[in-house]
Amino acid sequence: MAWSVETRGTKVAVLFGTVVTIVFLYVPLAVVVIYAFNDSVAQAWPPQGFTTKWFELALGDEAMRSALWNSVKVASVATAIALVLGSAASFAVHRFAFFGRQAVSFLLVLPIALPGIITGMALRTGINTFEIPFSLWTIMIGHSTFCIVVVFNNVVARLRRTPTSLVEASMDLGADGWQTFRHVTLPAIGTALIAGGLLAFALSFDEIIVTNFTSGSELTLPKWIFNAIRLPRNRPEANAVAALVMLLSLFPVYLAQRLSGGSEDVAGSRRPIKADASASDAV
Amino acid sequence: MVDVNTTRSSSGHRLGATLHRHPKTRLTLTLLPPLGWLLVFYLGALVLLLINAFWTVDSLTAQIVKDWSLQNFQTLWSSPVYRTITLRTVWMASAVTVTDILLALPVGYFAARIASPRMRSALLVAVVMPLWTSYLIRAFAWQTITSPNGLLESLLDALGLPSPGIGNSLWSIWLTFTYLWLPFVVLPVYAALERVPESYLEASGDLGAKGWTTLRKVVWPLALPGIVAGSIFSFSLTLGDYIAPILVGNTKFIGNVIYDSVGVANNLPFAAAFAMVPIAIMAVYLAVARKLGAFEAL
Repeated sequence: MAWSVETRGTKVAVLFGTVVTIVFLYVPLAVVVIYAFNDSVAQAWPPQGFTTKWFELALGDEAMRSALWNSVKVASVATAIALVLGSAASFAVHRFAFFGRQAVSFLLVLPIALPGIITGMALRTGINTFEIPFSLWTIMIGHSTFCIVVVFNNVVARLRRTPTSLVEASMDLGADGWQTFRHVTLPAIGTALIAGGLLAFALSFDEIIVTNFTSGSELTLPKWIFNAIRLPRNRPEANAVAALVMLLSLFPVYLAQRLSGGSEDVAGSRRPIKADASASDAV
Repeated sequence: MVDVNTTRSSSGHRLGATLHRHPKTRLTLTLLPPLGWLLVFYLGALVLLLINAFWTVDSLTAQIVKDWSLQNFQTLWSSPVYRTITLRTVWMASAVTVTDILLALPVGYFAARIASPRMRSALLVAVVMPLWTSYLIRAFAWQTITSPNGLLESLLDALGLPSPGIGNSLWSIWLTFTYLWLPFVVLPVYAALERVPESYLEASGDLGAKGWTTLRKVVWPLALPGIVAGSIFSFSLTLGDYIAPILVGNTKFIGNVIYDSVGVANNLPFAAAFAMVPIAIMAVYLAVARKLGAFEAL
């Protein structure tokens, strides 16, 4: 039954390539964590002695804390807007065949298909033309624009995977449109909403390319980090902040993983129903 | 079991029933808010960007002159500096994309066809995890790794190899971009490889094709649209990034010129004109990707 195109040699080569890539992905993260505990301000290798003073410094840093709080506010609002607009768009595109549906799908994806600097520049010309003052709101609008597609991608993928027969069965059994939405559709897309929302939050929380164009003096956490790493004496503190954020992000990653039953939704890609049960899986 | 009678009178039901009878209303209600948002804050802003590109800045008063002029585009076209920067950016985006695909193929293949389901989830999580760490910090980590006295130099030194001296160069920028966008390429490549039906491979084997022939003539063409779809992200992200070149190198890319034109030179119209360049490049890229069937695979 088990049949494969891969010879032993191919398998070894593929495994080797996989290990190389995973090591490549994790070495820089390890470097960041190691330097966060490095006693010396100079980031030379090997590190000079162990310290936790950068964490104490970071946690007590008023500017860092207010930047962090700004980022939480911006990411929360951007995620909320993205959840409402992204899921609405996915219903429209999935449920209805209307004139210009292709164009709408294309418009939704455009903010991530074009470089972020374009979104930033476009909004900046708008802010400039209408003389709108910079605020957290201008940052939120920029972030929402590219977060909508993240939620849209997750929800529309889930809707495509959910058989329409479930909705039909619900209607046949006498449920009205609202009941069907509340008891059939919503549970089906619930985890996709959470996974999409988490990803939208993470993207907004980490954004700087667009933020630089849509903000004035307001500091977000990435803007604080950008200022910190350009001054050598502030770099260890920036590493400590990054290590802390890394630690905090383990929880949402775990949550998203549990809820989606796979990392596909966390990353916003779409996994189709397999056309054919893979022999290697069956064994 | 849903108790129909107790909730029957809620306004949600009446709304639901009304909406159910009027699919056009339903479509309008679900489509209008997201479409309106994108038309105003994205497409509308893009139109303003295009208009701004034809304006100029008065060199004496530093005020924007709202008269139609091709001056910005003439500067872009006639100055060899901007041509060099554009070519360098496109070259970098291509190199980063090819490297990312080469690195993503083994991981994607392993996850899609060799790993057990448990192993596959673990591997995909491991690929996505770095995205949850600050992008700035991940980019800057390469500055410390490639700098003189950094991890790379001391590793090579320990092995008795000469110093590559790639700190603050195009090489370190290439490494950093490749690193930053890799997770975005691995996932579509994995999805593309996973979509190739097992039965096709069996058929190829039954018809006498060796493993390598099957990989080349069956797996590769079927996975290509998905791979091209993944390449859109690494290409587009490199094309517009101005942060990594600041952090790990000192070479200017399109993004740096745009950013400096806004922040340092206060010449928004010129920045707007230069922003048309990556838009045009992406338009060509997306058109080619569409031809290759990448949109169906996205």
